[in-house]
Amino acid sequence: MAYWRPLWQLTLSRFKEQLRQPEVLFWVFAFPLLLAVALGLAFRNRPPEVVRVAVEAGADADSVARLLNGSRGLKAAVLPPARAAEQLRKGGVALVVVPGDPLLYRYDSTRSESRLARLVTDDALQRALGRRDVRAVAEQKVMEKGSRYIDFLIPGLLGLNLMGTGMWGMGYAVVDARRRKLMKRLLASPMRRSEYLLSFIAARLVLLGPEVALLLGFGVLAFGVPLRGSVVSVAVLVLIGAMCFAGLGLLTASRARTIEMVSGLMNLIMMPMWILSGVFFSSANFPAAMQPLIKALPLTALNDALRSVILDGASLGAVAVPAAICAAWGVASFAVALKIFRWL
Amino acid sequence: MPTDTAAPAITCRALVKRYKDVVAVAGLDLEVRAGECFGLLGPNGAGKTTTVEMLEGLVVPDGGEVELLGMRWARDERALRERLGVALQETKLADRLTVAEVIRLFHSFYRSGRSVEEVLEVVALGEKRDAWVEKLSGGQRQRLAIACALVGDPDILFLDEPTTGLDPQSRHQLWEVVAAFKRGGGTVVLTTHYMEEAERLCDRVAVMDHGKVIALGTPRELIASLGAEEVVEFALGEGAAPPADAALAALPGVTAVRRDGSRYTLTVSEVHRAVPGLLAELQRGGVELTALVTHHATLEDLFLSLTGRHLRDE
Repeated sequence: MAYWRPLWQLTLSRFKEQLRQPEVLFWVFAFPLLLAVALGLAFRNRPPEVVRVAVEAGADADSVARLLNGSRGLKAAVLPPARAAEQLRKGGVALVVVPGDPLLYRYDSTRSESRLARLVTDDALQRALGRRDVRAVAEQKVMEKGSRYIDFLIPGLLGLNLMGTGMWGMGYAVVDARRRKLMKRLLASPMRRSEYLLSFIAARLVLLGPEVALLLGFGVLAFGVPLRGSVVSVAVLVLIGAMCFAGLGLLTASRARTIEMVSGLMNLIMMPMWILSGVFFSSANFPAAMQPLIKALPLTALNDALRSVILDGASLGAVAVPAAICAAWGVASFAVALKIFRWL
Repeated sequence: MPTDTAAPAITCRALVKRYKDVVAVAGLDLEVRAGECFGLLGPNGAGKTTTVEMLEGLVVPDGGEVELLGMRWARDERALRERLGVALQETKLADRLTVAEVIRLFHSFYRSGRSVEEVLEVVALGEKRDAWVEKLSGGQRQRLAIACALVGDPDILFLDEPTTGLDPQSRHQLWEVVAAFKRGGGTVVLTTHYMEEAERLCDRVAVMDHGKVIALGTPRELIASLGAEEVVEFALGEGAAPPADAALAALPGVTAVRRDGSRYTLTVSEVHRAVPGLLAELQRGGVELTALVTHHATLEDLFLSLTGRHLRDE
């Protein structure tokens, strides 16, 4: 009997089981696409919005408003003070101008659109009243591919997908088999434990290609996301990521007896990474004190490496450190999982 | 097939298993001969499954030793697994694989075995070969479980409560499969709480209760140990004073009396002498009979006489 025959049959069975469950197909293929479309649309690049300001009613209000409205990209409306305050609070206007001597700007300096409004309003006002430029300048507007939100998002979603399918694919299936006594039944046969675990990994790898190709292909074709790095580099990173999360999934499932328990554990492990690891927004947003912890997380490492390769065209050597972090998590998880695995 | 039919297929000595504060198996000695169908009969919680799982090498005993086909689990696990077939209690196999796919999977684990088609025919699931497991009935699933146990062409077949929850027709179909396996020379170890199953299928039965064997022998020997082969059950109406147990025991042909409220069970050697005697006794006391049933003694009656309890909870 070739060693490969049981491994082949186990992998084939696992693969068929996955394909015959529509939920699996949804989470693996459809969900990341839907997320990409929804978020890509919501955060698509739009031409700069018109800045809205309110001018408090009173003496001179109308002339101030007229001055401001003479400038393109700025829209001023005269409002009674109470209304103006309400609009400022709700975000209907970014700034309130109170006519008088001196002229008063009321705005929230912690909001970037308010800071922008203050600059634009002041510039428009001063220009209308006679300020002249000292130095002649020219403009050249550039839109680099790779700097849009969707470009940032796609590699992040790829990493997220690898984490989700890796952990759930391994973890849920293992606990389910344990709970149904299927694992016990299999172990009563000559099947080897190593064959059993390898088959999960093999089945995972088979779906990996189409899964990644679909998401990346969609990003490139539908949104024009640039793919600057080599496909081989991307493939290697994807493989490392998939194996890392397969290992984590195995570890999570190593002793759990019920689906509830493994679900809880999975969420506990994945939720922080959903938020911290730079999937939907840059992890640099978090305070500096948290950065070492964040950088050490496997999904952060994977996302950073993927972004460097896909968007910046980095070579594998350049992303060796995050790739190694990801790989280390995988190896350690597998090692510990095998030690503590509850087989029967 | 074992070449040496004189040596026992399975022996275990002083087998012990404890779980937390419960002793599931409390010192068991068993010997299963090659080619026989050996039954473990007992109520739920008697320790049958634990015992069988220790024999199957799935549970490590806390004490005692197990030897199968001259081999031990600690030394010869790989070799042993090739020669055993196991059907566990309540296994749910993969829902969305077909019957043939499941059997093929198990077939791949063995160095040599029977073909998928052959096994499908033995368990009469041929027409369901391409059906998903989740679409099968209870009886069909059990037959599939046995098919997976048979696909490696085992020397010993372990069946843990194989017909629990099945309708009578499915039960009979399954018994036929087991009987066919035995005819082929295989050894069977069966656990059950159905006395009819033990009586029909097993060459020898070990009656278990609370982790110990309380009786061992062929079904006929065990029933004969009751002292009599017939049982008379009757119930009395309300009102007049019932007859004393001693008076009932003194009736012709009665060897034992058991009372449960107003229901009486008499173990009797000759029904045609005991019943008239009983009726006369009741008429003398002016007591009314509300029910009267007689049947051949069964292992259920044996268990009742040994422990005062029933095999089945219902």
